[in-house]
Amino acid sequence: MKGYLILEDGSVFEGESVGADVETISEFVFNTSMTGYVEVLTDPSYAGQSVVMTYPLIGNYGICYEDQESAQPYVKGFIVNELARLGSHFRKNKDLKDYLIEHNIPCIQGIDTRYLTKLLRNKGCMNGMITTTCYKDLTDVLKKIKSYHMKDVVKKTTCLKPYTIGKGDKKVALYDFGAKKSIARCLVDRGIEVSIYPASTPASVILEGCYDGIMLSNGPGDPSENIEIIQEMKKLANSRLPIFAICLGHQLMALAHGFQTKKLKYGHHGSNHPVKDMNNGHVYISTQNHNFVIDEESIDKDVAKPWFINVNDQTIEGLQYIHKNIKTVQFHPEACAGPLDTEKLFDEFEKMMEGK
Amino acid sequence: MARDVSIKKVLVIGSGPIIIGQAAEFDYAGTQACRALKEEGVKVVLINSNPATIMTDKDIADKVYIEPLTVPVVKKLIQKERPDSILPTLGGQNALNIAMALADEGFLDEYHVRTIGTSTKTIKLAEDRLEFKTLMESIGEPCAASIVVNHVDDAIDFAQKIGYPVVVRPAYTLGGTGGGIAHNEEELHDICSNGLRLSRVQQCLIERCIAGWKEIEYEVMRDSAGNCITVCNMENLDPVGIHTGDSIVVAPSQTLSDKEYQMLRSSALNIISALNIEGGCNVQYALNPYSFEYCVIEVNPRVSRSSALASKATGYPIAKLAAKIALGYTLDEIKNAVTKKTYASFEPTLDYVVCKIPKWPFDKFVNASRELGTQMKATGEVMAICNNFEGALMKALRSLEQNIDYLYLDELSYQSIEELKQQLKNVDDRRIFVIAEALRKRMNEEDIHHITKIDVWFIDKIKNLIEMEERLINEDLTINLLKKAKRLQFPDSVIAKLTNKTKEKIHQMRIDNDIRAVYKIVDTCAAEFDATTPYYYSIHGGINEVQPQNQKKKIMVLGSGPIRIGQGIEFDYCSVHCVWALKEAGYDTIIVNNNPETVSTDFDIADRLYFEPLTPEDVESIVDREKPNGAIVQFGGQTAIKLTQALTDMGVQILGTDADNVDAAEDRERFDEILEKCHIDRPRGTTVFTTQEAIDVAHKLGYPVLVRPSYVLGGAGMEIALNDDDIKKYMKIINKQYQEHPILIDKYLSGKEVEVDAVCDQQGILIPGIMEHIERAGVHSGDSISVYPPQKIKQEIKDIIVDYTERLAKALHVIGLINIQFIVYEDQVYVIEVNPRSSRTIPYISKVTDIPIVDIATKVIMGHSIEEQGYTYGLVPEKETIAVKMPVFSFEKIKGAEISLGPEMKSTGEVLGISKNFDEAIYKAFMGTGIQLPKKKNIICTIKDSSKEEFLPIAKQYYMYGYDIYSTAGTYHYLIEHDIPAHLVNRIDAHKNTLFDLMLTDTVDLVIDIPTRDNCLKDGFLIRRFAVEAGIPIYTSLDTAKALIDSLEKRKKGITSFIDITQLK
Repeated sequence: MKGYLILEDGSVFEGESVGADVETISEFVFNTSMTGYVEVLTDPSYAGQSVVMTYPLIGNYGICYEDQESAQPYVKGFIVNELARLGSHFRKNKDLKDYLIEHNIPCIQGIDTRYLTKLLRNKGCMNGMITTTCYKDLTDVLKKIKSYHMKDVVKKTTCLKPYTIGKGDKKVALYDFGAKKSIARCLVDRGIEVSIYPASTPASVILEGCYDGIMLSNGPGDPSENIEIIQEMKKLANSRLPIFAICLGHQLMALAHGFQTKKLKYGHHGSNHPVKDMNNGHVYISTQNHNFVIDEESIDKDVAKPWFINVNDQTIEGLQYIHKNIKTVQFHPEACAGPLDTEKLFDEFEKMMEGK
Repeated sequence: MARDVSIKKVLVIGSGPIIIGQAAEFDYAGTQACRALKEEGVKVVLINSNPATIMTDKDIADKVYIEPLTVPVVKKLIQKERPDSILPTLGGQNALNIAMALADEGFLDEYHVRTIGTSTKTIKLAEDRLEFKTLMESIGEPCAASIVVNHVDDAIDFAQKIGYPVVVRPAYTLGGTGGGIAHNEEELHDICSNGLRLSRVQQCLIERCIAGWKEIEYEVMRDSAGNCITVCNMENLDPVGIHTGDSIVVAPSQTLSDKEYQMLRSSALNIISALNIEGGCNVQYALNPYSFEYCVIEVNPRVSRSSALASKATGYPIAKLAAKIALGYTLDEIKNAVTKKTYASFEPTLDYVVCKIPKWPFDKFVNASRELGTQMKATGEVMAICNNFEGALMKALRSLEQNIDYLYLDELSYQSIEELKQQLKNVDDRRIFVIAEALRKRMNEEDIHHITKIDVWFIDKIKNLIEMEERLINEDLTINLLKKAKRLQFPDSVIAKLTNKTKEKIHQMRIDNDIRAVYKIVDTCAAEFDATTPYYYSIHGGINEVQPQNQKKKIMVLGSGPIRIGQGIEFDYCSVHCVWALKEAGYDTIIVNNNPETVSTDFDIADRLYFEPLTPEDVESIVDREKPNGAIVQFGGQTAIKLTQALTDMGVQILGTDADNVDAAEDRERFDEILEKCHIDRPRGTTVFTTQEAIDVAHKLGYPVLVRPSYVLGGAGMEIALNDDDIKKYMKIINKQYQEHPILIDKYLSGKEVEVDAVCDQQGILIPGIMEHIERAGVHSGDSISVYPPQKIKQEIKDIIVDYTERLAKALHVIGLINIQFIVYEDQVYVIEVNPRSSRTIPYISKVTDIPIVDIATKVIMGHSIEEQGYTYGLVPEKETIAVKMPVFSFEKIKGAEISLGPEMKSTGEVLGISKNFDEAIYKAFMGTGIQLPKKKNIICTIKDSSKEEFLPIAKQYYMYGYDIYSTAGTYHYLIEHDIPAHLVNRIDAHKNTLFDLMLTDTVDLVIDIPTRDNCLKDGFLIRRFAVEAGIPIYTSLDTAKALIDSLEKRKKGITSFIDITQLK
């Protein structure tokens, strides 16, 4: 069956529909990771978005459930050059194609993904529609596409009620804004008991909970839309509890301190982004998945200073708060998919909790 | 950290001659590194014995020495040049070993030379098996468990601990004989006790068997600040057990999930950090296909063949970066030359698939074993880029130029599924074809996987190709089907064959429906950043992103494809120089090539690089987009020449000698006509079919005559016949093997071979120099020792040669280069071969005479006469410097290869000896090939009857020099009879005191074996193989043996002078 991708600028790509036969409108971003499509599909930060994979062969090792970053895929649509007809892996649970259909995710293969990526790079992220209908007249469709706006995505991805995993002397409260499973895993692996809370949890609940530290997770969408959460973050920031934040958590903490976020033209989505630790000059390769960054101009130099910067475009990749026990990063130290270079930041968080 | 300013003068050690396992990749790496160093204002002193390289050009380094790569020579050079630093990680294992020897002796400390890049301590850690294993254990990186045993019981105990199967490797046996894989105690007992018996030191290595695991490689970089990145990972289609140089390799890995990918990536970074490497490093892994278990197989703390492949696969210039890091820069300080926006401290991400296939020399060594294992056998490789795996594989396949354009071998099509199953168990170069044939015959993918251990993903991809073949055979060729076949890179010719249509019809159908190749850019970042790298590959189905430029006149240069015996690095040298000359003259240049090891495929050489197969269809697709103003084919060896007609047919102007004249030189009949017209002789001869005809012709020509089958590979069967009996004998042998083709009988002239390269314009010719061969006619010119200027040719003869060259150049309307081979016999000059193209001698003659031959030829081709360029027509006066080019062979790597020299080339590389003195020049050349004599002063001589008399004075020379001569009965008695003392040794089939026993004692310096050709599989062959495998130098021509003893006699003081190529005028 033919499948179509219609972008808000009017470009139409024809390919073969190989996923679920549903029509969907979403924002489109591209991801440059060569491996890790399972993790990408199940990363809640992609809620409301469709992903274009720049690597042309996707599905080579099928789906391994244990690689999922959440209980279900969040990506709305998937664009690939070639979807593997056979995945080969000793841990394979099923082929990617079956997984996509099962989870009602449309997928088009046979698209010139490099051309599409260049288009998104040059024009910036765009809304688009995946469909199997061949529209003759695009006027109405484009109107619909343009009017799409991601809303309340954090609400859609956070957990419904608190729960606790892991065992240990140290206890961490993890705010789930659409958290990847690996964040909790990285903490649990270090012998930490992790209590995971819905995004709407009032700060007071956490502060009364006798935790050794607070972890703020990644999540989807425009950070500045989370007005109520930001209010709660302010309360957390004023406590003396050590806080470590990733991605959306990092942005929310910055907003809580009065800094601004801005949208990047096409974001950073991939596993090969170099970040430089401003404390020692060391460069690490990191996994990134964000469309928004902290506006450097808006940072109050007396309140926070850059911890990491992106070596490619010099954007802020991490902040350390002055006189506070708060460190936040824009990238993903929990990796998955991607390099494990910065996983040691969780060790640093542990030290923060030990008062070191 | 910024550049270390205390580094002012660096010695760079090259890798020496091209041999199997050490090919053009080091010229690519070395050239890139030298340029990077010079860019930083560092004085570069270079030593490399290989004259065919670009790195030994005078403008690549500040001082260039083409001298033997031996420890004493490098020492002397350091004493002379006094560099403050040495960079040893760019010249392969050879350079690494020399640097280590210098460090171990304390020589580097004594002369205050420091090792930059990776330290000698690190090199030692990585190279010493035990130290490396200990280090790996200390950082928790697993190696395959192993133990050295002297008793079977110890082996059994160990195997019980680590589990079966285990590999048994006896120490010090030839060709690894006696080893094997034991699956249980009984087998281990048998194999190990046999191995211990065969091992000269009664020692076996028992190792955990990881054969069949996935073989994965990572290329990693690290700077002095400890920043690490991985450039690329690669997956071998062939699992562990086949040398990675002999494996089909893809980049990036295809069957690894992110979990394994990152696990191994982290491990590679751990290792490079623990080893404290500053520069590039290659880590090879075995990964259990059914778990997360892995072992480190090997670490190369230097640039390597894999790093060259990774550089070309990603666009990330590893060697250049390694040089900059050696100077102290950190990765985040170095700009990514591709994007010019990002820095070197990022990891390339690919949006295409790269496939590498090795090029094996089995077409040259028809009787050699094609089996693949841990000893690399390939001489070169091709790489292809596409957006799907099948396409990359198909492109790589046709890049090999074996007249095989898809996964089909006729000889396999007759085999039953049972036979194919059996074949799958024998791992050789045809395995992928066997898999394809097995799939055609409906063998199950899982069963194939079970036998070969190749991941099912790859097998399924091959199956997809087979399914496409079947669709083409069975279905109507619709536009949609054609598009699908093209996406998988089925060439028109194959589609035509399978659909039973003509190639032209397919082509037309494509044109009518606009099914054309489109071009994409290799940009290191999957289009995330804007990049303008002029590095392109084709795909079918997609949008073209490469816009041709139309401001300047553009010229297409066709490269020479994979390195193979007979067509080596010298043609890459010529292609690159042609591009440079064109650029200098203001043209826009396009290069097409598919060899990842070479300088020509570096994206900053030509204005535009198309990394594509060199077939008419692939080239036409480029022409279709670029519409070049002309193409130059004469620098890319036979690969490019073969495209002459096709290019002409597609309307591209061939610049330089045109298609018709190229044909005139290659067609025997047309060429004979031209010779006649020019009044030039060639050895008389004709073709025959029967023995009687052969004898009649021989009588007409007069003995001796040369008898050889036509259209043979490997040069097998050529013989010099002295009488009717010889003819009868040889015809019988030839007819047994090569019945269908005519047999050539030529008058054999046992004369001197002379070779000339000339540049020709419309007015005249320029001959930079005449070269004379040491070995008499009959040995391929590429396998002969070649001397410039000639030492034994009279002026009248030289005049005739110049005259003949001019006549032939004019008659063939040569514009550009011509290479002619002559025989001088009894003061008569005969022509034996004419090639209207560049030759393998161009690089060395250019260097020694300081005449940039390719540059001049290119400009001639573009319409500037020789005179205009400031050169005088005719033979250039001989220089004072004498240069001796000597061939280097890789026989020890190819089990079963016949080593005696003949009309088909067998050498893989060459070295040069240069001096103002002939004796020193040839002495240097011998040293350069790895001969270090005398040692124990024992020599084995086995000489065929017809050469015994000629051998006597040579034997005497060796004897007088102090050599003890050992011979079997025939030669022994002959020597004794003629008063030359000798020792009798038994033939190899005797019980004791045999030649083999003698060779094993490690006391033999040299073997001289002058064979008769009809005993290929008998004693002589075995003796030669044994010598080669025991690492004993062996010569099969009396001329070489004489040249060696002459040089030993005359150069007792060794090497005393050095010549800096940059100073030659």
